Amino acid sequence: MFSEMMQKLWETGELQRGIWETVYMTLFSTLFSYIIGLPIGLILTVTGKDGIRPVAAVNRVLGILVNAFRSVPFIILMVAMLPAAKAIVGTSFGNKAMIVTLVIAAAPYVARMVESSIKEVDFGVIEAAKAMGTSSFKIIYKVLLPEAKPALIIGAVISTVTILGYSAMAGSIGGGGLGKIAITYGYQKYNPDIVWVCVVLTIIIVQVLQEVGMLAARKIDKRIQK
Amino acid sequence: MIELKNLNKTYKTSDHEIVALNNVNLTIQDGEIFGIIGPSGAGKSTLVRCINLLERPTKGDVILDGQNLVRLRQKELLKTRRSIGMIFQSFNLFSQRNTLQNVCYPLEIAGVGKKEAKARALKLLKLVGLADRQKSYPSQLSGGQKQRVAIARALATDPKYLLCDEATSALDPQTTQSILNLLKEINQTLGVTIVVITHEMKVIDQICDRVAVIDSSGIAEVGTVAELFLNPQSETAKELILPASQHAQKKLGSRMLRVIFNGEASEQPVVAELVLSCQAPVNIMFADTKDIDGKAYGQMLLQLPEDERQAEKVIAWLRANNMQFSEEVSQ
Repeated sequence: MFSEMMQKLWETGELQRGIWETVYMTLFSTLFSYIIGLPIGLILTVTGKDGIRPVAAVNRVLGILVNAFRSVPFIILMVAMLPAAKAIVGTSFGNKAMIVTLVIAAAPYVARMVESSIKEVDFGVIEAAKAMGTSSFKIIYKVLLPEAKPALIIGAVISTVTILGYSAMAGSIGGGGLGKIAITYGYQKYNPDIVWVCVVLTIIIVQVLQEVGMLAARKIDKRIQK
Repeated sequence: MIELKNLNKTYKTSDHEIVALNNVNLTIQDGEIFGIIGPSGAGKSTLVRCINLLERPTKGDVILDGQNLVRLRQKELLKTRRSIGMIFQSFNLFSQRNTLQNVCYPLEIAGVGKKEAKARALKLLKLVGLADRQKSYPSQLSGGQKQRVAIARALATDPKYLLCDEATSALDPQTTQSILNLLKEINQTLGVTIVVITHEMKVIDQICDRVAVIDSSGIAEVGTVAELFLNPQSETAKELILPASQHAQKKLGSRMLRVIFNGEASEQPVVAELVLSCQAPVNIMFADTKDIDGKAYGQMLLQLPEDERQAEKVIAWLRANNMQFSEEVSQ
């Protein structure tokens, strides 16, 4: 039923390694994207026109920067960021380098995601917190983040799925994972079954991420009556 | 004591300025329940937000117990806000915190220890009658219960003042009543000075000692609630108390009396006795009376008979029966 190449991939464990590589590239990239993107998103919200500490200049500069990174097509941005990967992890090849480029590409996306989640927090609640004598800094971590938690989790699920998609593209410029298997063994050696197997596996991974993430978001959200 | 002096607030939009408050002067005494009433858009919400500086006045002073809040530095202002509780029309509870955690919040901010905060919060939840709902989240509470939690939260730091911004406007009449009773109780037992913002005369009538009528960004009149009801001076106040009075005057006789029921025995049929003993018809143009513990409270607008002699008879009867009333001046 499967091609010889497919069977070889399975027997040598290449396919299994591909799955694992895709998963860890995605999860690590998402994690680092949030480490960079979350503070940027917060600053964008807080310094915005309706934010708790409007600073037009900061908001403007950061907004333009985020937009600039987001407007470059991902595959081009990745190639352009390979020197940055070399500077940070010492190589422009392999999964480590791919994580760096993925993070640079995904962090601005995450920042916008965080910004929109936090903007959902009811203005009245922020006003109440102010009336109780909360400082701007405490409003961020005592009110904005906890109140936006369910939206932030849903945003994280969407971001993870997007980054998973990006990571497949990384297969074409030297990254590993299912993307690489589909391109090198499937597309280039003309084994359509390998491409399809990779597609199905990717769908399964996305489904699992989506389900688990949404379940967590629902479980954590106290606005939903259970 | 809260003193507002020459308060002005203007909002700048791209092409013009909007005046939200225009030279407002008010003094709110300790221990009283002070009402601020006015039609929507009159500037009530801006005014109350100027008291705790959620809105910074463009000009003027906000003096709280001799301290000018406008001059305070941010840090001191945040501290001072702990002595001014505030509740809102939309409750504004933290949706991801349960009832107990909501009430604990201001104590966390004030740096009170966890154990102490919890004990205080529980005491307050008991005061507002929700001790059994400490683990519930706001989404599991009714509107009235949410406002009770908000009141408990506002009282957590033991404030001297409580600002209520349309606190009952989102509630049904019965719930409104119970919240008003709770506010009154808090005022009496804890001695908290309460400032009530509302567009409903009913609220003023029920709990306030003094009231300011605000209209088009300024104070139209200030006085005791009784004064306002008995003898409203400003057009806005008249409109708020007796919305129907203008039309009535045109249609029939020219003289009208506003009769005040201020605790007369409610079983006494005042109007019926008046008509029977004077042998003169009167027309009830408007009535808003309530029976509280067998006593009648409220007011009624009576149109006197056209015949001068009969009209005087009615007036004489009211006087003889010690009814409070005043003649409405027709325009």
